[in-house]
Amino acid sequence: MERLTFDLAAQPLRELNTFLHTGAKEGKVGHVTVLNPDGAHNIAVGLDCPIEVDVVGHAGYYAGGMNKTATVTITGSAGTGVAENMMSGKVHVKGFASNGAGASAHGGLLVIEGDAGLRCGISLKGGNIVVGGSVGSFSAFMAQAGRMVICGDAGDALGDSLYEAVLYVKGKVKSLGADAQYEPMTEADVAAVASLLDQAGLEHDPKAFRRIASKRSLYHWNADANQEY
Amino acid sequence: MCGIVGLLVKTPALREKLGELMVPMLIGMTERGPDSAGLAVFGTPLAENERKISLYSGLTDDGADFNWLGLTHELKGHLGVSATVEPKGNHAILSFDIAPTVVKRWIKEHHPKLHILSTGRSIDLYKDIGTPAEVAARYGFAGLTGSHLVGHTRMATESAVTPDRAHPFTAGEDFCLVHNGSLSNPNGIRRMLEPRGITFETDNDTEAACRFLEWRLREGDDLETALQKGFEELDGFFTFLMGTPDKLALIRDPFACKPAVVAETDDYVAIASEFRSLAHLPGIKHANVFEPAPEEMYVWNA
Amino acid sequence: METKPVHFKNLSREESYGYDRKTLDYIRNAAAHGLYEIRGMGAKRKLPNFDDLVFLGASMSRYPLEGYREKCITKTLLGTRFAKKPIELDIPITVAGMSFGALSANVKEALGLAATEMGTSTTTGDGGMTPEERRSSKTLIYQCLPSRYGFNPDDVRKADAIEVVIGQGAKPGGGGMLLGQKVNPRVAKMRTLPEGVDQRSACRHPDWTGPDDLAIKIQELREITDWEKPIYVKVGATRTFNDVKLAVHSGADVVVVDGMQGGTAATQTCFIEHVGIPTLAAVRQAVDALEDLDMKGKVQLVVSGGIRTGADVAKALAMGADAVAIGQGVLVALGCNGETYFQNGGHHDAIADYNALGTTPGFCHHCHTGKCPVGITTQDAILEQRLSPAVGAKHLKNYLKTLNMELTTIARACGKQNVHHLEPEDLVALTIEAAAMAGVPLAGTSWIPGRGF
Repeated sequence: MERLTFDLAAQPLRELNTFLHTGAKEGKVGHVTVLNPDGAHNIAVGLDCPIEVDVVGHAGYYAGGMNKTATVTITGSAGTGVAENMMSGKVHVKGFASNGAGASAHGGLLVIEGDAGLRCGISLKGGNIVVGGSVGSFSAFMAQAGRMVICGDAGDALGDSLYEAVLYVKGKVKSLGADAQYEPMTEADVAAVASLLDQAGLEHDPKAFRRIASKRSLYHWNADANQEY
Repeated sequence: MCGIVGLLVKTPALREKLGELMVPMLIGMTERGPDSAGLAVFGTPLAENERKISLYSGLTDDGADFNWLGLTHELKGHLGVSATVEPKGNHAILSFDIAPTVVKRWIKEHHPKLHILSTGRSIDLYKDIGTPAEVAARYGFAGLTGSHLVGHTRMATESAVTPDRAHPFTAGEDFCLVHNGSLSNPNGIRRMLEPRGITFETDNDTEAACRFLEWRLREGDDLETALQKGFEELDGFFTFLMGTPDKLALIRDPFACKPAVVAETDDYVAIASEFRSLAHLPGIKHANVFEPAPEEMYVWNA
Repeated sequence: METKPVHFKNLSREESYGYDRKTLDYIRNAAAHGLYEIRGMGAKRKLPNFDDLVFLGASMSRYPLEGYREKCITKTLLGTRFAKKPIELDIPITVAGMSFGALSANVKEALGLAATEMGTSTTTGDGGMTPEERRSSKTLIYQCLPSRYGFNPDDVRKADAIEVVIGQGAKPGGGGMLLGQKVNPRVAKMRTLPEGVDQRSACRHPDWTGPDDLAIKIQELREITDWEKPIYVKVGATRTFNDVKLAVHSGADVVVVDGMQGGTAATQTCFIEHVGIPTLAAVRQAVDALEDLDMKGKVQLVVSGGIRTGADVAKALAMGADAVAIGQGVLVALGCNGETYFQNGGHHDAIADYNALGTTPGFCHHCHTGKCPVGITTQDAILEQRLSPAVGAKHLKNYLKTLNMELTTIARACGKQNVHHLEPEDLVALTIEAAAMAGVPLAGTSWIPGRGF
């Protein structure tokens, strides 16, 4: 399998993405290294084949957006919306991630070794997110399906308007969002957390995590329940 | 919507390169703000009895051919003041040693189309329409020196694209503000301040925020208290970057939808809306790069 | 025998303007339920609209074209700014975004079939792209909404254009809504929701806010699709002048402006009736914005929100739109508010089913209930059989064809060989409000309120 290097200081982003969409699909290239990303946006978006992409440095917005089957690793930090709407595959951020990490992801695994900004996992639709550090406020807002493992702390309104996604937090939670509640960890939960941490390459005791899920009381309007909306 | 940049140098030797380091930061924000650009730079303050004002002649009939030297002669004749002027086309810095209100009142009477950009002992302010690269070239930003600066590139959301609506906005003396975001109650703030004798030059929402904060500072609040009141009274989405003679301050609203990244080394603190504006800075690979948290005040001392 | 005098009671019927029967009903409902009313359809209140404008046809000073023999071109190109493959339409009348979920799968298929026959496009909605719609519709615009329900890169690649939705006319600033009775297993799966929940979509996109970040999001969509597909940006009409300018700055190929008369399948009434501006005012602002940026013709404008007739289409084009999108009108063509439905070769009376909902044909706005008596805005397995894709497609095709014929009739009468040559100077207004909003003179005068003589 060939290995290729793209230098974004010398080649336009469009060439990299077009290659990853078309040239890489022929199966001859298995690994692409991207040098000098320097905060460029939309690196490796819309990938559609099981290729490995290493982004050496900091990525801008939407790195690995709408990923399918590929494995994208970012050695630095990632801007807003890393791995947004990912369908499958893996995106791994060694540094920190900005807002909206993993927004609306349907599948796959997003790993952030550092902290994640606000709204991590917003609108999650089945993907898995593992954060080695802490997450900002409004994380897992309207998260519909999938799982999030937070090894550090969480900000305000964690899991506001949560649907069926499940969150696991090891550190402190500043406040829970509307309709989110703590639930006891079952053996299945412990096993799930252990598996996700293992896939992320992070070492923590799965039993040290708390489970947060939806109370499901906002699923239907009920005037008597004094609901805000 | 917009791009903001800020730079504060910690090592004195870098003061000479302030502008040089900043120009690529500003140009990196061109896509976020293609309409207009501006910056305020803080340098060694003038003596206690001296003041300088930054002036813009782009709206006068002579535009970039404005007779700046003639202006100093007029001042000498009318007010008896010996002013010096540093012109750069449609921009000039006028320095003098009498109360600034006297000079400004005179200018409003005799040259009403001359736009007063800033007043103070430390601050110089430039802003104009055009792309960031054009504005930087027009005023020689690369050659600017000083301890810290606040810069901005603009994509107008509600008010028009005119030079006076570009950022930074100033109020009072030696205070300026740039803003990325959109306030939802600027008119209410304006109507609250106007009866207190505060006059507005534009309908820009950022001007409302700027004058509000300056009003608080003038009323005796320290910077932190003023910013706290800002959190309570100002509504909408914002990342604010402010400059005073000895501080650079940054705050983000609780939703933190508008981006901001900080890179800090032993030599400097750099702030921008996107990392790509910081990528060229010396030592960036080993800098402490982080995102400021919402509703927290970040203050760096020059 | 004495006859007692007969007294006739005279009932006083002085209705209050502010507290009319409608308002009294509203207050009583609120008192009974403690919840706002939710309904379908766009703004029902009387508003300035295209009926308040009329055309100045040709006579002595201008020459009309003959019908049939002298051609009148209706071909329309959308998305020429950046995309390698702009959208080519045969007529400037498209089908607006309406979700699978709000509508049944049969309806989505009918829309696709009719649009394909007429050479125009359909648009997905808050529920994502169904295979039926992609199969049946030759040109399909794929919406990217705040909820991102079902949004996925494979459908992005299958679409002919992407429409980033910031809002819709019925509820600018609000997110989508689908009540539990319509969240059946298929809808639930597509939207990644539990069955039967009352769905409220987010009102902001999850990974961008503001035009500066929208610019990056649009670039992401372009990078994913290798710059082939046009990117539309849709706004509900509010501060339309600013919004259209910002949409252009963010990189939109096409801007879609939806006025307050725009429809919905479920929204709070207070939102529908009291937020947003009429389409008439919005078109003027949108065109002014494009001209201000010298982008008229480079970024195309699609107008929607209460486009009902061929005359409406002609007036929208005359005011500067490149195309229109129709939602409610299309559904009425399929049978919405009709007294009967067509099933198994015959017409059936639906009136009893309307009555069961507490309404009657011509007054129904009960799309949100999912019990559409004519099988359109429903997910019920029995009710949805009342609309057959083939029959529906035929009716819709007839409607679109009629609209197009009316459009060309008017254009020819104004001396135009191409419907896109209609211009604002072909119009005058019948009321002062319409003159002010549309920026055309009051008929018989040269007066445009607010813009002088």
